[in-house]
Amino acid sequence: MSVDKDTVNKIARLSRIAISDAEADKMVGELNGILAWVEQLGEVDVTGVEPMTAVIPNKLRLRDDVVTDGDVREKVLANAPAREGSFFGVPKVIE
Amino acid sequence: MTDFSRMGVAAIRDGVANGEFKAVEVAEALNARVANAKALNAFIVETPEKALEAAAAVDADRAAGKPLGKMAGVPIGMKDLFCTEGVQTTAASHILEGFVPTYESTVSANLWKAGAGMLGKLNLDQFAMGSSNETSYFGNVISPWRRNDGSNAALAPGGSSGGSSSAIAARLCPAATGTDTGGSIRQPAAFTGISGIKPTYGRCSRWGIVAFASSLDQAGPMARDVRDCAIMLEAMAGFDPKDSTSLDLPVPEWEAGLNSDLKGKRIGIPREYRLDGIDEDIAAMWDNGIAWLKDAGAEVVDISLPHTKYALPAYYIIAPAEASSNLARYDGVRFGLRDLPDGSGLQDMYAATRAAGFGAEVRRRIMIGTYVLSAGFYDAYYTQAQKVRALIARDFEQAWASCDLILAPTAPSAAFGLGEKTSDPLAMYLNDVFAVPASLAGLPAMSVPGGLSKDGLPLGLQIIGKALDEQSVLNAGLAIEERSGFTAEAGEWW
Repeated sequence: MSVDKDTVNKIARLSRIAISDAEADKMVGELNGILAWVEQLGEVDVTGVEPMTAVIPNKLRLRDDVVTDGDVREKVLANAPAREGSFFGVPKVIE
Repeated sequence: MTDFSRMGVAAIRDGVANGEFKAVEVAEALNARVANAKALNAFIVETPEKALEAAAAVDADRAAGKPLGKMAGVPIGMKDLFCTEGVQTTAASHILEGFVPTYESTVSANLWKAGAGMLGKLNLDQFAMGSSNETSYFGNVISPWRRNDGSNAALAPGGSSGGSSSAIAARLCPAATGTDTGGSIRQPAAFTGISGIKPTYGRCSRWGIVAFASSLDQAGPMARDVRDCAIMLEAMAGFDPKDSTSLDLPVPEWEAGLNSDLKGKRIGIPREYRLDGIDEDIAAMWDNGIAWLKDAGAEVVDISLPHTKYALPAYYIIAPAEASSNLARYDGVRFGLRDLPDGSGLQDMYAATRAAGFGAEVRRRIMIGTYVLSAGFYDAYYTQAQKVRALIARDFEQAWASCDLILAPTAPSAAFGLGEKTSDPLAMYLNDVFAVPASLAGLPAMSVPGGLSKDGLPLGLQIIGKALDEQSVLNAGLAIEERSGFTAEAGEWW
């Protein structure tokens, strides 16, 4: 499989990364180089093999359903690039 | 006067505990060395006040007769991937420039609790993506090592933990934290003539470490000898309910368990690691390593890890896929950089912020990850890679039937020059060819110095062990250290 410029632009859009026309052109070659190389995985016979989900056997723990933190509004907002009162500020979303 | 820069973790800890010197004296001496080594660019932020504060607390505890921690009085470097409360944490990225966490990572908190102090935050490849420390927004880290041909070419300290390796090799700190996703502790250790261990996945909590690829990320210590790695790993490791993949197991006493007598141990030599055209110096070092382990009493056996050649391509699907998901959090809303072009809406803000905030390699990996996870391609790439990953883990499982440890080179070459591999991402990725399989299988693996190349540069030997058997890995590392006679160090040109 290989990607063309339209696909690169689509991937960039899905990734929420703005790219210029020149960057998209460059990225076509780079991504195709990497994708051609990973393609060799297709030659491995994986019949009957389950995809790995955990490297070390470990069961997901459940904790008691109680409040363990909170009340840290100032800490949560401390690094906000734009703060409005006790909220994160964002550009207008709904016209 | 005592030269604290030549002391390791154990020597400083013991000297402080025995009252031979004060922790504050050590911190002052190393603070000065850090301040005078700007040419290496190993630190993004220096925190001399933190080192002094921790040292003063240790001196006060000792004066008061209180028990001292495992790392009491030892100043260390902290890779700038660990969140440190009140101290900027950037992952060497522009998008996190100025980010000051309001919380402390579990691993760093464990180290401070053990009495260590922080000299500063160490430079790295951006978001730990790189093998040469050339992707940092804050500039390249320079290795203190130089080739013996008089060229003075600036060499890569390895990556991603390149600030850590450079600082330790330059004797700015006795030890530092590293993180290893696909070789990021072991390869830089090999490039700079120091030791480093990636423990079993789940030994060290990932909580508060800037995430790259969560199923692979694992923290570990880097230091100048095996004992120091054992001490520091004990201080870093431990169960943490805040990390869902943390192992709920007691932390072994690895330092007390050190023993370089390898009688009864079988060492596997994987034939697939002997690549065509293997570097002569690397092959010779590997042979020396085999002889040293035999001398320590081990039996050496040939083994096969048949899926080795597929480890790297599987890694370069799995790691970018997880990264694309993990790095979705950088949206310019809650923390970090925001780029809001005039008159733009929310979607434009996301795209502009991420374009401005991520470096080229990070953008490349996010896009690869997004592609392999996208509708129609998920099974062909991601599911296939996870199946191959299962086969790689099975290769190791089957090898353990005939051996207890595996010995291989850490990297396929000595350190390369800065700029030599940046134009070709694939050539850079190949640096981790020997390191990635153990990462994919979650196994403990260590690099120790194995000798010098013809150019006078350090080479590393890698020991891979069974899950949870860090002790045997450390013991084999110690056996090599006792026999290699590796005392070379970088000349102090900076």
